[in-house]
Amino acid sequence: MLLTERERLHAELKELVDIHGRQRSSLLLILQEVERRHFFISAYCMQVIADLLDIHPVEVYSVVSFYSFLDEKPQGQFVIRLCRTITCEMAGKQHVARQLENDLGIKFGETTPDGKFSLQWANCLGMCDQGPAMLVNERIFTQVTPEKVHGILEECRQKFGVHATALSKERSI
Amino acid sequence: MTRPSKTHATKTGSLTFDTIELGAGLKAALAETNGGVLKTIKESGLRGRGGAGFPTSLKWDLAAQAEGQRRYVVCNADEGEPGTFKDRVILADHADLVFEGMTIAASVIGARHGIVYLRAEYTYLRPHLEAVLARRRQENLLGEKIAGKKGFSFDITIHMGAGSYVCGEETALIESLEGQRGEPRNRPPFPIDTGYLDNPTIVNNVETFAWVVCIMTKGAKWFKSFGTEKSTGYKLFSVSGDCGRPGVYEFPLGISVEELLVEVGGEGAKAVQVGGASGQCVPQSQFDRTIAYEDIPSGGSIIVFGPQRDMLDVVANFLEFFVDESCGQCTPCREGVPELLEGVRMLKRGECSMSYLDELCSLADTLQVASKCGLGQTAPNALLSVVEHFQDEILGR
Repeated sequence: MLLTERERLHAELKELVDIHGRQRSSLLLILQEVERRHFFISAYCMQVIADLLDIHPVEVYSVVSFYSFLDEKPQGQFVIRLCRTITCEMAGKQHVARQLENDLGIKFGETTPDGKFSLQWANCLGMCDQGPAMLVNERIFTQVTPEKVHGILEECRQKFGVHATALSKERSI
Repeated sequence: MTRPSKTHATKTGSLTFDTIELGAGLKAALAETNGGVLKTIKESGLRGRGGAGFPTSLKWDLAAQAEGQRRYVVCNADEGEPGTFKDRVILADHADLVFEGMTIAASVIGARHGIVYLRAEYTYLRPHLEAVLARRRQENLLGEKIAGKKGFSFDITIHMGAGSYVCGEETALIESLEGQRGEPRNRPPFPIDTGYLDNPTIVNNVETFAWVVCIMTKGAKWFKSFGTEKSTGYKLFSVSGDCGRPGVYEFPLGISVEELLVEVGGEGAKAVQVGGASGQCVPQSQFDRTIAYEDIPSGGSIIVFGPQRDMLDVVANFLEFFVDESCGQCTPCREGVPELLEGVRMLKRGECSMSYLDELCSLADTLQVASKCGLGQTAPNALLSVVEHFQDEILGR
């Protein structure tokens, strides 16, 4: 990372900490915001947040590694979370999973080389009466079929357009 | 493409929540003394709708009496139990009832601050909830001097979860609110005196708060006239799986599994999972059992399994879920659940001897006794009930 980039990130994190406060109970809120903006929480970010909150970086890492919506590795701008719990399984989630893998060319747990899509499994999304269900970032899709997968991915791709920048802060679709 | 409507709910029939006039419950509660409100809730027999069934009035009474400078009302909207989705529907369609119930709770225990712990998977509900909160502030139903009552100030903030099933356990939820890993605490001390930031805190399920408003509006007698003696009132059920009409239903507690199946179009089922992954698998021979705190307790998750389902697939799915969601804090759960899962995979491959199955069951017993929290204690339930009721299916494959 370039020094100037580090300085910029440091300033950004300091501003976040100033907004939420330096108490321990702010940690999760700060991490959620970093994840939202940068699609992951880097080791450097964890170190800076630890310094700013005056706690050990291991404590920050332990929180990041605990929660499934906080990532240590860079995620795509569209994180697709397919529900794998029982009723979605009974409704045929494995066919949707295969189609997602085929269309994106990656396996679950991976990110496309262009950094646009990540595939993850999710535990019960609370759409059990309308499975299979999946989240694309914050948006929920229900009764997903393999045929619908292409359309959902295309809609995400169009969202970028020619002017989209790689580090777009716009997370919702 | 499926686009989410505002509510994204499948509702079947009408719910009591649809008929409640907003504001009447809060007005009735504020006109009463705190003791009077507690007495009404106690008379109604309301017990926690998240599944554990702790008497609501007792929890509030203990928190009101506990020593502490600040008190907190926490709404547990971390609905992560597989097969449960009624809280999502309540938050989407009846957020006002939930916030009103939290406000009543605040007036009773003397809290100034309320927190809704909303699971990350439901982030799309947040704008709607924030809008309802903003409107309630404008209407003076939140903020200073609520509804003109002197000295009563209360406001609610929304705190997002970050994807963790175990945070639905109340002490893990509080840990998470404090910015920690969501690992359950030892109890006692209980949240009622040592909760959020060590202050007296009540943690109630979304549905419980909504029922409090109904009880304050319609009276304890009305509520008590439904259900059984020990499990009073109505309860929302999230019904999914192999049935004709999945969705959210309202039934009185004490309903038998059989009656419920007829209502949802699930006749002919071979088993029903009541209470989600941590609940019980009820075989056809026991469909006359009732869903009530004294028989099969449940947070309302009903998953119907048709005759074609392989019960080992079901158990494997639940165990994969628990392996993934175990917080790793205590050894029985962290090490034991993966062993059970491996055993189930052996059973599926037809490689499990009877003596190894006995060992698995003994390990399951150990987990039930030795795990620190409900996750590890209930993780073996599904396996044990399948071993008990579907032995013909799992042996000799």
